[in-house]
Amino acid sequence: MEVEFRNINKTFGTVRANIGIHFAIPSGAIQGILGENGAGKSTLMKILSGYILPDSGEIYLDGKLAKIENPADAIRYGIGMLHQDPLDFPPMKALDNFMIGKPGSLFPARREAERAFLELRDQFGFTVDPNSYVDSMTVGERQQLEILRLLWLGVRVFILDEPTTGISAQQKEKLFLTLRRLADNGNTVIFVSHKLEDVEALCDRVVVLRRGELAGQMVPPYDTERLIEMMFGKVIKLDERLPCSASDQVVLRLQNVAIDDYRLQIRNVNLEVRCGEVIGLAGMEGSGQELLLRACAGLVRTVGGKIIVNGKDLTGKDAHTFMRHGVTFMPAARLEEGLIPGLSINEHFILTGEQKGIFIKRDQAKSYSQNKISEYSIRGFPESRVEALSGGNQQRTLLALLKEELSLILLEHPTRGLDIESTIYIWSKLKERCAKGAAILFISPDLEEILQYSDRVIVFFSGKVSPPLDATMTNVDQLGQLIGGKGWEEIFEKERVGVSNAAR
Amino acid sequence: MQHDEKRWQNLGFQLGAVVLALLLTSLVILAAGAPPLDAFKQLLKGAFGAKMNVADTIVAWVPLLLATSGLLVTFAAGLWNIGVEGQIILGSIFTTGVLRLLQDSNLPPAFIIVLAVLGGMLGGGLWAVLAGLLKTFGGVNEIFGGLGLNFIATSMTIWLIFGPWKRPGVGSMSGTEPFPESLWLPTLPGLRLSIWTVVLGIIALVVIYFLLQGTYFGLKLKAVGNNQRAAFLLGIPTWQYMLLAFFLCGLFAGLAGAMQVVAVYHRLIPSISSGYGYLGLMVAMLINYQAVWVAPIAFFFAALNIGSIQLPIALKLDSSLAGVIQGSLVLAVLMVEGIRHRLVRK
Repeated sequence: MEVEFRNINKTFGTVRANIGIHFAIPSGAIQGILGENGAGKSTLMKILSGYILPDSGEIYLDGKLAKIENPADAIRYGIGMLHQDPLDFPPMKALDNFMIGKPGSLFPARREAERAFLELRDQFGFTVDPNSYVDSMTVGERQQLEILRLLWLGVRVFILDEPTTGISAQQKEKLFLTLRRLADNGNTVIFVSHKLEDVEALCDRVVVLRRGELAGQMVPPYDTERLIEMMFGKVIKLDERLPCSASDQVVLRLQNVAIDDYRLQIRNVNLEVRCGEVIGLAGMEGSGQELLLRACAGLVRTVGGKIIVNGKDLTGKDAHTFMRHGVTFMPAARLEEGLIPGLSINEHFILTGEQKGIFIKRDQAKSYSQNKISEYSIRGFPESRVEALSGGNQQRTLLALLKEELSLILLEHPTRGLDIESTIYIWSKLKERCAKGAAILFISPDLEEILQYSDRVIVFFSGKVSPPLDATMTNVDQLGQLIGGKGWEEIFEKERVGVSNAAR
Repeated sequence: MQHDEKRWQNLGFQLGAVVLALLLTSLVILAAGAPPLDAFKQLLKGAFGAKMNVADTIVAWVPLLLATSGLLVTFAAGLWNIGVEGQIILGSIFTTGVLRLLQDSNLPPAFIIVLAVLGGMLGGGLWAVLAGLLKTFGGVNEIFGGLGLNFIATSMTIWLIFGPWKRPGVGSMSGTEPFPESLWLPTLPGLRLSIWTVVLGIIALVVIYFLLQGTYFGLKLKAVGNNQRAAFLLGIPTWQYMLLAFFLCGLFAGLAGAMQVVAVYHRLIPSISSGYGYLGLMVAMLINYQAVWVAPIAFFFAALNIGSIQLPIALKLDSSLAGVIQGSLVLAVLMVEGIRHRLVRK
């Protein structure tokens, strides 16, 4: 189905998310949509899939004006969206999820649905079991389930929002094959991403959005530098590896730390983190790195061992005690755990800043916020409510809220949703803190980021914790193997030899 | 320009809500077999017809002002303090208790009144903290906890009136033995209105306004109310702040209860809170928790309450018509607000 956007405009408050977007996608094509955070990609896709209405502009499908006012309309027109975080029902079975949204009588025809499910599944070579529960499935499998569901609903335009986030390389390969196949069958695939390599590998054509406007279009062969220029307005390069500024002073010491979770057991973690050091925690989501990081912030109770911060034993103390000792924790869930919807950027700075007396000095606070907003190039105003900011700008706000005097900074996904340019910038800010003596522990799903910015790396695999590896002595391949559960004996062997050598 | 347009639009919607509420009420009055215009006229007359009526309206205004001010604190912290009704009652009980204890002592009466009022505030505050403890440590939602505590508070007044504090001879629904006039707050000559209560009510509102708008404490309460988890990670001790919010609200509710004893009834009566707590919840919802609107809207509600007393005499309508107007007004405003949101979003 041919999809055409005609002069789409959308404004949120003071932010112009889409400005006169005008382009067409021929049927049977895989259309890439590139752009940095807050460029307006998600807004445009939400307009197409009926989640939000444009202020002005029209959408034409196969040359006919389409009136899409809600997601159900979109489905009727044959437009379906795979969201970045799958919008499914985890406590239900795959088949139940599959059947949801299908119009039908009061009593759904399960058997017929199951037949359709299996038929479609085998057609695409997927492995999803219709009777497994969604919460036991990987993100990749959940994507497969969504694709099957949309196919069954008769969808012919597939929108995928950042689909390669959180899935393995194998699953990505499979996904790309599937998308190719969908396109070959005459479906239209819209692939939204900020990952250049994915777009270049998959898409037949690309449009680039920048600050709400259409910055350019391209068909293969792709000129990467030109694409980056369209995205950011200027050419950028990945930085040099920044030098380690670690000193001998120990900020954090873990002694035989043990943590229990309902799924995982972590035992005997020993670690010394020195001032100025950056330690990356790698592993599939839910392998234990989140637990250990939160334990270092006093947010997760340990069941054994000791946590010593700046020479003080803080084992079993609450999170606010850890904070008073210079530990800070930045969560990945921005609007759930990090920021307070309903309050402005300015009010966030007031809350985390210095508080003298009883009454708030608003003017003083406002100029402080203004400085921080420009320092971290947050696209917003002191009065902007945090929930009105784009994801990337919320991330910048979170980082800008980190206090000045910190000795240990614990970060969950510090650059999630940020483009390369912002990532480099944010890390230069973090490294400045290291130079002032803070140590950083961070979790990232991006191995390149971990290798690029950490001094040492710890790998997690279903509760197993590797000894710290020197980031300059390892590589993506080794880390990838460890994350997948291979090569563990080797590194433990190496450590034993190292320890006995040291003992001698 | 666009801003102005929006303001007019909002005003239009709000007027629409009032008209809708009046229409709904008119239907109810018609169903009761009375002419609506006459009924509204009688309402106005009852509230403002004579000096005494105005004074009575103000008498009803004060507890409403106090209860609503207190509720703004709990609402800021994201708490539905349904228990405010019981907190008013406990204020009255504690005040009565202190007065009974000290009325035969040699202390100066003014001092006794001050102690009694402080006692009433403390009573309301403790009752509110109880709801807070049930929530934070017992896992009982404050709505259910508050409701339960309201029932207990009501039963407690009845028990006290017919039991330990009964009048000499036999207990009666008319309440405990009235206190000597020396323990009454001085009223304006010929009226039931004490200027002291009005001053306290206004001070309370101003304090709450500045507390919520201008202080770190108020901002932190709002943070806890909007996202408890994030507030905790930003270093705010969340459950302590919630308990404080409960306590503050309870203080104000307790003050309202104390006023009912020392300035209005001069004794403990069975329905001493007169529903001002629930009415305060309605006012807070109606004004969308904006402190600047508390005074006028609470005054309007008080006028409806007092004005409706006229209805049975003049039109043989029940005085509960005030409740119908208040209820439909809140529903109409909330509904129109919901519709406006839908329209604006599209």
